[in-house]
Amino acid sequence: MARIIVVTSGKGGVGKTTTSAAIAMGLAKKGHKTAVIDFDVGLRNLDLIMGCERRVVYDFINVINGEASLNQALIRDKNCNQLFILPASQTRDKDALTLEGVGRVLEELAKEFKYIVCDSPAGIEKGANLALYYADDAFVVTNPEVSSVRDSDRMLGILASKSRRAERNEEPVREYLLLTRYDPNRVKSGEMLGLDDVQDILSLQLLGIIPESKSVLTASNAGIPVILDDKSEAGLAYQDVVARYLGEDRPHRFIDDKKGFFRKLFGGRL
Amino acid sequence: MLNSSSVLEFKSTTFFTPILILNTNDIAAIEQTLQEKISMAPDFFKHSPLVIDVRELNKSELDFNVTEIVETLRRIGLFPIGLRGGTEQQNSQAQKLSIPVDAGRDHDAGALAQHDRRAAVATDAGNENPTAESMNGEDKNPKATATSATADLPVQSVAPVQPVRTMLVTQPVRSGQRIYAPGDLVVMSQVSAGAEIMAEGNIHVYNTLRGRALAGVQGNTSARIFCLDLQAELVSIAGDYKTSEHITKTTQKKPVQIYLQDHALIINEIA
Repeated sequence: MARIIVVTSGKGGVGKTTTSAAIAMGLAKKGHKTAVIDFDVGLRNLDLIMGCERRVVYDFINVINGEASLNQALIRDKNCNQLFILPASQTRDKDALTLEGVGRVLEELAKEFKYIVCDSPAGIEKGANLALYYADDAFVVTNPEVSSVRDSDRMLGILASKSRRAERNEEPVREYLLLTRYDPNRVKSGEMLGLDDVQDILSLQLLGIIPESKSVLTASNAGIPVILDDKSEAGLAYQDVVARYLGEDRPHRFIDDKKGFFRKLFGGRL
Repeated sequence: MLNSSSVLEFKSTTFFTPILILNTNDIAAIEQTLQEKISMAPDFFKHSPLVIDVRELNKSELDFNVTEIVETLRRIGLFPIGLRGGTEQQNSQAQKLSIPVDAGRDHDAGALAQHDRRAAVATDAGNENPTAESMNGEDKNPKATATSATADLPVQSVAPVQPVRTMLVTQPVRSGQRIYAPGDLVVMSQVSAGAEIMAEGNIHVYNTLRGRALAGVQGNTSARIFCLDLQAELVSIAGDYKTSEHITKTTQKKPVQIYLQDHALIINEIA
């Protein structure tokens, strides 16, 4: 059975697309056939982060409208042959998405793929609602600051009431917390919410803490998902996230500002 | 030999029964109005047992014959099973017809009607109420629906007696969600900032309350709010409210009860 994962946050700019690209790559690297879908119709970004923007011919909307087949629109990743990208349309808007159309595409993907990662747009409007509607699991991406935490809380409320699982009274969507852009230094100095503060409000299963890292921006600009960067703390943290999601028990790291193993190894900021 | 318990058993239970409140002693008018109502919801009224409430008639000192009313009801297919608020003479008439009588404890028929109108759980337009269960079983029974369609008609109203329900919420109430309970509300999980919980009765939150809590929203000044950890944005009872700014530090993050006393909202720590 395919699992549909939505990467969501409510707030923009917290790292949804970075996370979608990273975990999709991580799952595919583990040998699971994975598709990642950009739901941000009109603001197509995932293809850039995945480095496949020059190979986009057909998109998600074309498939929904029956103008292209799924196989025509899916782009095979150049780093991993188990990973496929379904890009968003840049020329349309969210109204081009329909509940029925999205359902049809997901159903077709589910026949072939083990994991389907839905990269949600920001906000709580149609695009975001459709991205989460069919989800089995939700990765709630949150930055350690109050507005992001509140927006995530709102998103959790929507997951619990507007998803298909909620509407059908099935087992609820499994919700996981991903705390991104975490900076232990700033937590220590009180400038940033700590993990405990965030968990006090959200009380979710923590899948991982992604430390603030320059390598994320570098990776985005290069079009290579940061998870492939074994020298980056963020990349390693995403590898942990994928392993934990697949059931491995790994201790959380990058929570404390210790001059730990990695800092010694790489000397200073990464 | 059978012992007595296998022959029969006595058990106590509660049934929902419509009450027919009569406001006129005009039998012809009663019969005609009932026929109209029955034609609107035939399934609901078919063989329906009902209790006849004659308090209004006696209040207005209107003369009537219990036997005549009972016969009329039976003729149109209803089963009168009780009389409420009758005089001694009327009660004995009813008992002769094998109809039990109720002395007519001071139930407020108006309040009951109000609860019926509110029987459905009201939530915001997005319908984002988290999993809420009614402790008394099914939330939407067809009878309640049928009645609400006819509840506002003037001559007499047929309102099923429904106990005030307690709503139980076990999922977290997230930011942006609203919950409305027509009776009491019990929340086992946290209520996030930006969430709103409302009840016509009391509110119990067995966790952290960070959002807004409004008890007694229909004006019940004796409603109370109880919570294990008060961090609310706003608390209100029957319209009197306090925002977090005006909640003293000594009761913040404490288990408290909140009630009204002489129009003042009192927040007391539960020791």
